Amino acid sequence: MALRQCAIYGKGGIGKSTTTQNLVSALAELGNKVMIVGCDPKADSTRLILHAKAQTTIMSLAAEAGSVEDLELEDVLKVGYGGIKCVESGGPEPGVGCAGRGVITAINFLEEEGAYDDELDFVFYDVLGDVVCGGFAMPIRENKAQEIYIVCSGEMMAMYAANNIAKGIVKYANSGSVRLAGLICNSRETAREDELISALAAKIGTTMIHFVPRDNVVQRAEIRRMTVIEYEPNAKQADEYRQLATKIRDNKNFIIPTPITMDELEELMMEFGIIDEVDEAIVGKTAAAEAVA
Amino acid sequence: MAALTKEETEALIQEVLEVYPEQARKDRAKHLAVNDQSLEKSNKCITSNRKSQPGVMTIRGCAYAGSKGVVWGPIKDMIHISHGPVGCGQYSRAGRRNYYVGTTGVNTFGTMNFTSDFQEKDIVFGGDKKLAKIMHEIEELFPLNKGISIQSECPIGLIGDDIEAVAKKANKEINKPVVPVRCEGFRGVSQSLGHHIANDAIRDWVLENRDGDDTFPTTPYDVAVIGDYNIGGDAWASRTLLEEMGLRVVAQWSGDGTIAEMEKTPKVKLNLIHCYRSMNYIARHMEEKYKIPWIEYNFFGPTKIAESLRKIAALFDETIQAGAEKVIAKYQAEYDAVIAKYKPRLQGKRVMLYVGGLRPRHVIGAYEDLGMEVVGTGYEFGHNDDYDRTIKEMGNATLIYDDVTGYEFEEFVKKVQPDLIGSGIKEKYIFQKMGIPFRQMHSWDYSGPYHGYDGFAIFARDMDMTLNNPCWKQVKVPWKTDGSSKVAVAASA
Repeated sequence: MALRQCAIYGKGGIGKSTTTQNLVSALAELGNKVMIVGCDPKADSTRLILHAKAQTTIMSLAAEAGSVEDLELEDVLKVGYGGIKCVESGGPEPGVGCAGRGVITAINFLEEEGAYDDELDFVFYDVLGDVVCGGFAMPIRENKAQEIYIVCSGEMMAMYAANNIAKGIVKYANSGSVRLAGLICNSRETAREDELISALAAKIGTTMIHFVPRDNVVQRAEIRRMTVIEYEPNAKQADEYRQLATKIRDNKNFIIPTPITMDELEELMMEFGIIDEVDEAIVGKTAAAEAVA
Repeated sequence: MAALTKEETEALIQEVLEVYPEQARKDRAKHLAVNDQSLEKSNKCITSNRKSQPGVMTIRGCAYAGSKGVVWGPIKDMIHISHGPVGCGQYSRAGRRNYYVGTTGVNTFGTMNFTSDFQEKDIVFGGDKKLAKIMHEIEELFPLNKGISIQSECPIGLIGDDIEAVAKKANKEINKPVVPVRCEGFRGVSQSLGHHIANDAIRDWVLENRDGDDTFPTTPYDVAVIGDYNIGGDAWASRTLLEEMGLRVVAQWSGDGTIAEMEKTPKVKLNLIHCYRSMNYIARHMEEKYKIPWIEYNFFGPTKIAESLRKIAALFDETIQAGAEKVIAKYQAEYDAVIAKYKPRLQGKRVMLYVGGLRPRHVIGAYEDLGMEVVGTGYEFGHNDDYDRTIKEMGNATLIYDDVTGYEFEEFVKKVQPDLIGSGIKEKYIFQKMGIPFRQMHSWDYSGPYHGYDGFAIFARDMDMTLNNPCWKQVKVPWKTDGSSKVAVAASA
């Protein structure tokens, strides 16, 4: 099987890293060889696989050694649960330097050092919540991830973010081979959430590939720095992740998204009662002004 | 070749514009003009200080070049850190020929390159820590430095390094001025914004250093020479004239300059501005804050020198005025002899210029003193106030070109057929290969000084030895000589 490279995007705090690690564990359980590339200076994309607080990152090792050229692949690549290979790009603390450049440097390093070997079935890029600059788009540029999964929920901002990410994908899809492969709904238990995300997915031309219900076992596993797959393989939630993994493994639905306009998105949310119809008369009015009127 | 008429010059501009695509043609048309002395304001005929068109061979530099290369670099007793990757500092090192007195590497540092030599990790994690470390290394290795400036290269503006905070901390630790300059190369359209940013840094980090300190004894004749970069010793040839007329030159910026002189400048009675383009900002600031008047002057060629000396003297008392006349009289025999010797060899020769921000107008008088005529001129990075000052200096129907492209300049030269071209290193070899005498007017072609009476003698000699050099007759392109080129190709094949 040819190597499939997938990137996971989505609003900050939506559960990308947790979902990715559980999903990847399930894929490994199914016999796949997988690598996770964390593309976030926080470096929390591999902790559940490695049972570590935070993996030592490519950029911090490079800074110590002098330059990235001084590093060897085995310095940065750690193997965890299910033989999953883990690397973290790393980057600066908030407020200094250029985290985006860190992602670019790290991915170039992995390519040059041959981290993407023939043995691998999947590479997953877990990317920081907001694509703030070109560096964070690195995983979806030419010859990198070809499948994008967007993690979202039925909350308004998560859907905004999903639609915006779809816009970003269009830009790269037209010039390369990157495609949107589906929405993963990580449930926040909002009303009619699965229907809503399915409707959103249909509008932007894709599908909701799986609805991952909310379950406290995820947190219990996380406290132990483990995935549910490893911590409690018999849990119902573990099966959910296995289903997600199977669907992704068998997925063939890769499309150039058709992101919707703000108005369309608001209409959709109104339809599902997430927001009320906007009364133009109240826009920009303070509470005090409304009381007078 | 006879001078072009207004109509011919206009037709020439149209012809040259013809090859451009429509949008580029429309844009470039605004930067090319036929001079009309009757105009009061240049904005009626020319647009300047705009972004260059992609695809043209512009000759401009960047904001870093304007700050590090022009304004700050010549301050000889400070160490100027090119903050960022190594190239910007290394490839511009010591190229400008701004002379200075001192022992390089001990108490002066003008031709050395100091850089923070950014690597990937500095981009990713930020360069502040490295910069702070460099300050202390400098202090240890070069203890006689009188201060440090941080010249930002492009990445600094992208990764958001807080160089101001580093500068403030280092200033307290080493107890010397540390000046952060935000002159990232991508800012602005040319080196011009770099001059402005550098001026602002002087305003914010240097000029106030001796406010409220009256220990420096002043005289009524104190002046500062600003905007003379001492190319080949220009400022020295200028300074002697000012001193001989009775003025006391307290500060010289920035050629052969020191930080102490900059700090003392707010104590002077008059600021003398040679390069208006690069230093008018700080002159205006000192006028506003310290009530110091300023005037522009021109020390190229005896006519402009005498005019300028008298203009400067008029702002002082009779002693100085008498001093000015004495200086003019003293050197008269000397410059008359220069003119007597070279004018017959140069009379009627036509010159095209294309330089930076001052010389395209300032050297016209020196050529005219030698009986020559400037028939085309333009600025790399001038603004409209520069063109305002140029209109009156140039003859009617002459060519004016702003941010000229490589193509335009070549075509203009082919049609106008000047006897001499004065421009920069990037233009030099093209025109020399066309068999046209050429002088570098940025670096004086490794000669100089050209300022002052001493400089005029060298200027006249250089123009003569270039223009009347027999080598130009030997420069023939093989493909234009009958049949011989084919033979040559066949022979070499």
